[in-house]
Amino acid sequence: MLTDSQLSQIRAIVGAENVHGGPAELIAYSYDGTFEQHPPDVAVTPASTEEVAAVMRFAYQEEIPVVTRGAGTNLSGGTIPLTGGIVLALTRMNRIIEIDHVNTCAVVEAGVVNGEFQARVESEGLFYPPDPSSLAQSTLGGNVACCAGGPRCLKYGVTKDYVLGMTVVLSSGEVLEWGGKLFKNVTGYNLAQLFIGSEGTLGVVTRIILRLLPLPRVRNTAVAFFPRLDDAAAAVVGVMGAGILPATLEIMDQATINVVEQYVRIGLPTDVEALLLLEQDGNDQDAVDREVARMVEVCRKHGASDVRMAKDAAERNELWRARRSISGALGRYRPSKLGEDIVVPRGQIPAVVRRIREIGQEFGLAIPVFGHAGDGNLHPNILFDFRVPGELERVQGAAAAIFRAAIALGGTLTGEHGVGSLKKEFLEEAVGPLAVQIMRDIKAALDPKGLLNQGKMFPSGSGPAMEDFLTALPTLQGITPG
Amino acid sequence: MPEPRLPPAAQRLLEAEYDNMLSCIRCGLCLSVCPTYQQSFQEPEGPRARIAMARALVEGHLDLTPDLLRHWDNCILCEACTNICPSGVQMERIGLGVRAAITESRGSTAGFGLQAGMRWLLPNLGRLRAATAAARLYQQWGLQALARGSGILKLLRLEEVESMLPPVASPPLVPDGQVWEPQGQARATVALLAGCVMSTAFGETDRATARVLAANGCRVLVPPGQGCCGALHAHRGELKAAQELARRNIAAFEGAQVDAIVVNAAGCGATMKGYAHLLEDDPSHAERARAFSARVKDFTEFLAALGPVKPPREVRMRVTYQEPCHLANAQRVREAPRQLLRAIPGLELREMAESALCCGSGALYNLTQRESSTGLRARKVRNAAATSAEVIVTANPGCFIQLSQGLREAGLDIRIVHIADLLDMAYRDGG
Ligand SMILES: Cc1cc2nc3c(=O)[nH]c(=O)nc-3n(C[C@H](O)[C@H](O)[C@H](O)COP(=O)(O)OP(=O)(O)OC[C@H]3O[C@@H](n4cnc5c(N)ncnc54)[C@H](O)[C@@H]3O)c2cc1C
Ligand code: SF4
Ligand code: SF4
Repeated sequence: MLTDSQLSQIRAIVGAENVHGGPAELIAYSYDGTFEQHPPDVAVTPASTEEVAAVMRFAYQEEIPVVTRGAGTNLSGGTIPLTGGIVLALTRMNRIIEIDHVNTCAVVEAGVVNGEFQARVESEGLFYPPDPSSLAQSTLGGNVACCAGGPRCLKYGVTKDYVLGMTVVLSSGEVLEWGGKLFKNVTGYNLAQLFIGSEGTLGVVTRIILRLLPLPRVRNTAVAFFPRLDDAAAAVVGVMGAGILPATLEIMDQATINVVEQYVRIGLPTDVEALLLLEQDGNDQDAVDREVARMVEVCRKHGASDVRMAKDAAERNELWRARRSISGALGRYRPSKLGEDIVVPRGQIPAVVRRIREIGQEFGLAIPVFGHAGDGNLHPNILFDFRVPGELERVQGAAAAIFRAAIALGGTLTGEHGVGSLKKEFLEEAVGPLAVQIMRDIKAALDPKGLLNQGKMFPSGSGPAMEDFLTALPTLQGITPG
Repeated sequence: MPEPRLPPAAQRLLEAEYDNMLSCIRCGLCLSVCPTYQQSFQEPEGPRARIAMARALVEGHLDLTPDLLRHWDNCILCEACTNICPSGVQMERIGLGVRAAITESRGSTAGFGLQAGMRWLLPNLGRLRAATAAARLYQQWGLQALARGSGILKLLRLEEVESMLPPVASPPLVPDGQVWEPQGQARATVALLAGCVMSTAFGETDRATARVLAANGCRVLVPPGQGCCGALHAHRGELKAAQELARRNIAAFEGAQVDAIVVNAAGCGATMKGYAHLLEDDPSHAERARAFSARVKDFTEFLAALGPVKPPREVRMRVTYQEPCHLANAQRVREAPRQLLRAIPGLELREMAESALCCGSGALYNLTQRESSTGLRARKVRNAAATSAEVIVTANPGCFIQLSQGLREAGLDIRIVHIADLLDMAYRDGG
């Protein structure tokens, strides 16, 4: 709990209307894109780097924990203020400061929404490739903090490949300016990369310089349906081995197709075990069409029963709307879901998909799988209802089994969602004790009082007690049973 | 779970929507379309938070705290969130539940003037007509400044209502069994909801609606005994009053042998399509309400489905279409009005940016949440003006009034026209 005097000092920094402390408002800042929940003591919506720095200086002095928040769409429990304190939400810092055509880059505030940024740069003939499915709502600051990826990242790389510089407010309130409109820079350690993917545990990113590309003029999209899931997985390997780098290569399994079709109703067949969504872009229509035709041919060879090409932009948009709505549409099935984000070497996709099916059967849970098949990044989503006694325990078991399956196949826990609180107990299993120790040392150097995003990223204890990673979480009573 | 903190009746109202609340998986997609979030960029002003608050209320984690009331009061019930939600959340049902629960445990939250309006004026068309006529009279006589300055209106809280009245003078349409005979071969018989605001302030638009339908081969009846649809009452949590009005309309329309009940106000249409939900627990009316709701069609929805005959007259005009939330989101009617507009010879339709964003009218929102409503209105007017259209076409009186005021304020020479009036021009003297 903060004292009245502490609250009034925060009000003095950002203005009373940007301090949210009512009971209902604390509920509003208690959740993210997961089913976890815990209220902060206060939520603050600053308008500038200066205000952020002043809040951080104050929190440092008073030793108040701080959780930075963008749109709160992360799928890792990353913005749940597990120990209360301040939630610092950057959604009002949403100005696109500059689009620089000479240096093909842009300067933005951290709260700018990805989709709005994309629309703006595209209207000026430029291109910002990272396209998380949450692009209509997630912020560029959140994207940087999670190193967000998306379908296009197979060809174009993820968020980290586009960050040229940033302004970061450290836990002490000091302001670090790093990088610039520079495409090369090895002047010392690459500090920007340290903050990318740091999930709000090392500092608050307030401003970002992003690299842009010329906008590809044409695209072509196809969707291929497979009666057998294994065939689809094999086709992914086939396409990637055919000398083509597709712009996207996405997979959906049958359960996913069913749910999505219910929402978008574009006539996807619901009796096939999988589909692949393929896209190529470029500047030469013929070349693009040829490559798509080649990919389609490979799919047919691997057992695709039917292939459809998008006739026009409208059809393309429909296919993409279907793809982007998966995560949300899964909510129609069961009230809760645990969305996982494993990565395996591409060649192991068939094996891991088979293993996930077995795990679903073992634990009696529906686990639709979809994801960025081209880069081996899959999203098995465990669906459940927290009100059913014993179900959460089975969800934990299934999640642990999926993590271990990925690790055993040479993969890892998370490709783009981050560790947060939901995967932290498995960190050491995935990266080893030495790596965890180095991470802890870095954290201590940048956040000596340990105030930033407490309870995230690092395992809470040692030993095999990690199996209780879900039920051990502090949540609002009634949200998880027990 | 902790003990519920609401009175049992309020708790029951909300519990009925608990599964609906649980469908929210907190993806945040709705933030991108919620007008109140897009004005403030503060989470408590978005759909996801409103649902979380409602859920915490049912679960007993939260009481009806002042901040809950404020953030829920700001919700326009525009249903943009429902419309985009991939997970199937139905916001209006939650919203009506929350507001009814508030009324049930606190008494009405509407200001006194509004309450008087809802309890006394709207259910009684005679009174509303008298009040509108009075308001219009001094509008015409230029007495507005005087009345505004004198504080009388402020006292009655009718000041704001008054400043939003459309300046058009058209005699009201009193529903008493009027009939418009079809031109040419009869294709359908429909009953028209005259509407409370429509029939009084926009009587001519009601007639235009009937004429356009007649020109398209419809026999149009205006059954007596009908009244206000109850939308404003339901939105303010006056559930019992809303149910009473619903029952009255069901009785008024039930006997009519018609293919559809046609409505030219998007807000009323959405509410009447929702009678089935509003009365689902009333054993004597549940079935009748379902039958009634199934017959309700927006004017544009009905006409587009019937297949409009080609309008005989050219209307040389550059227009933009302002999408009423209660048509686009609540009723999911988006193409029909555009299709009808495009069929008018000589007319050019230009789409505006953010066409789906609420204009800030949202039922009584413009009266209760002035500041935010004004921001939304200005944004809508800017987007409309950017198309360089001469006319904004809408299909809802709330939007009409809201935008008229926005245009006046911005000093823009753009007219606002109800789609029925525009179609009426195109069908005049034809057939
Ligand atoms: C429907 C749906 C689809 C999704 N699809 C994808 C996808 O395809 N690819 C993908 O990568 N992710 C996806 N995600 C996950 C999520 O959207 C991304 O992780 C996104 O980058 C989070 O952005 P945000 O603004 O919501 O950040 P938040 O959720 O608010 O925060 C995420 C983390 O970043 C930290 N943080 C936020 N802003 C800052 C800042 N300015 N400075 C420092 N730390 C900060 C927070 O503390 C937290 O740890 C999806 C989520 C949903 C709900
Ligand atoms: S879009 Fe639907 S599921 Fe997503 S946050 Fe909004 S209401 Fe919840
Ligand atoms: S109904 Fe409209 S105002 Fe209310 S939460 Fe949904 S989108 Fe926002």
